[in-house]
Amino acid sequence: MNTRGLRSQLKDSVPVTGLCPQAGPYGVQDSLRRGFSSVKNELLPSHPLELSEKNFQLNQDKMNFNTLRNIQGLHAPLKLQMEYRAARQIQRLPFLPSSNLALDTLRGSDDTIGFEDILNDPIQSEMMGDPHIMTEYKLGIL
Amino acid sequence: MATVSVCQYYPGGFSFENCKRNALLEADINKLGFSSPAARKTGTTICGVVYKDGVVLGADTRATEGMIVADKNCSKIHYISPNIYCCGAGTAADTEMTTQIISSNLELHSLSTGRLPRVATANRMLKQMLFRYQGYIGAALVLGGVDCNGPHLYSIYPHGSTDKLPYVTMGSGSLAAMAVFEDRYRPNMEEEEAKRLVRDAIAAGIFNDLGSGSNIDLCVITKGKVDYLRPHDVANKKGVKTGSYRYKHGTTGVLTKTVTPLNLEVVEESVQTMDTS
Repeated sequence: MNTRGLRSQLKDSVPVTGLCPQAGPYGVQDSLRRGFSSVKNELLPSHPLELSEKNFQLNQDKMNFNTLRNIQGLHAPLKLQMEYRAARQIQRLPFLPSSNLALDTLRGSDDTIGFEDILNDPIQSEMMGDPHIMTEYKLGIL
Repeated sequence: MATVSVCQYYPGGFSFENCKRNALLEADINKLGFSSPAARKTGTTICGVVYKDGVVLGADTRATEGMIVADKNCSKIHYISPNIYCCGAGTAADTEMTTQIISSNLELHSLSTGRLPRVATANRMLKQMLFRYQGYIGAALVLGGVDCNGPHLYSIYPHGSTDKLPYVTMGSGSLAAMAVFEDRYRPNMEEEEAKRLVRDAIAAGIFNDLGSGSNIDLCVITKGKVDYLRPHDVANKKGVKTGSYRYKHGTTGVLTKTVTPLNLEVVEESVQTMDTS
C-alpha cells in the first residue's frame, strides 16, 4: 500500500469547505432552515478533532477499499460499494431514525461498540423533527 | 414559521457544537479572575510487573480534583476480561469509559472467535482508539494479563503509543515507583517477592508524590486465577485523636433552676396513611 498516496488522499477528503453550510436550492445560505451564517464558523473548525471525526468513516472505507483493490483487484471494491449503496437505501420514513442494520453488517461494525453508540444516540435525541417538515424537506417540496 | 428545526438526523458520537461557546466562556471567566471547573484526575501511581507464573498489577487509591482529594478510596484497577486487567491514570472519566468500551468489545470479539481473549488484542484496540482521538482522551494505562502465550504487560500512553516491557509504571508517582523497580527487579521472581516489590513501589509513590495516597490495591493474575486484593495494604491510616474537646458534666456550676410547664391544646388531629406498598 502506497502510504504517500494515502496521505494525499486523506488531505483531499478533509476539505475546509466541508464546514461550509450546504447551499439551499438557490445556491445561497438557507437562513430559514439553517439559521444565520458567520464567516468565522465556516472557515475554522471549532475543535481540532472536528474535521477528522466527521470524515472518519469515509477515510476508513477509502483505506479498506484501497487495500482490497491492491490485493484482490478492482472488482472487489466495486462489488462491495454496490452492496453498500443498496444497503444505504433501506431506510424508514424521513422522520423515523433507522438502525442501518444492513449497512452495519456489511461494514462489520455490528459487533463493535464505539462512542457513536453511547454518546448522542440519534434514537434517544431530545429534539424530534416535525414529521411534516421532514417529509417535505426530503421530497424537496419545502 | 421561524424554524431552525431538525431536518435530518445526525449520526451519534462526539458533538463539537459547544466548543466555540466554551472557548468564549473560558476567555470571559479568565478575564473576571475565576477559573473554570477542572476535570477529576487520578494523580496516581500505577505499576505492573511480570513474574514467574503471571502478572502483578498495583495501584494507589486517591483521586484528586485540582488540589483537593475527591475520593479517598477509588478503584483504579479495571476489569477488561477474566484474564486481563487494566490500571488507569489520567482523567478518571476517560480511563473508566475507555476500559469499559474495550471490555465490551473484547467480550463480543471473544464470543465471535470462541477463544479466551489475548492481551495483544486489547492492546491493539486501545491504541487504535486513543490514536484516533489524538491524545484528547487523557488515559494512560497499564494493561496486564495472562493468555495462551503466557503473561504480558503493556503500558499505553494517551496519544496511542505502547510499550511491551517486563515492568512498567505510570502516573504522577511513576518516577518514585520506577526507582524501586530499577533497584530490586529481577526476572522470574516468586509470587510473594513480586507482591512485595509492587507494594513497595506503590508505597514509594504514595509517600513521595502528593497526587497519590491512601491504600494500595493489588491484582495478581495467573493462568486460570485472579486475586483482586483490595485493599492489600492500608499505608495511610487516619490518626487517632489523642484528646477530647468535650466538657465533662459539672464543669459549669448550676446557680438556679426554674421549671415552667407550657399549656398546649390539641387543636387538630389528622392521620395520613403512608403508601408502603
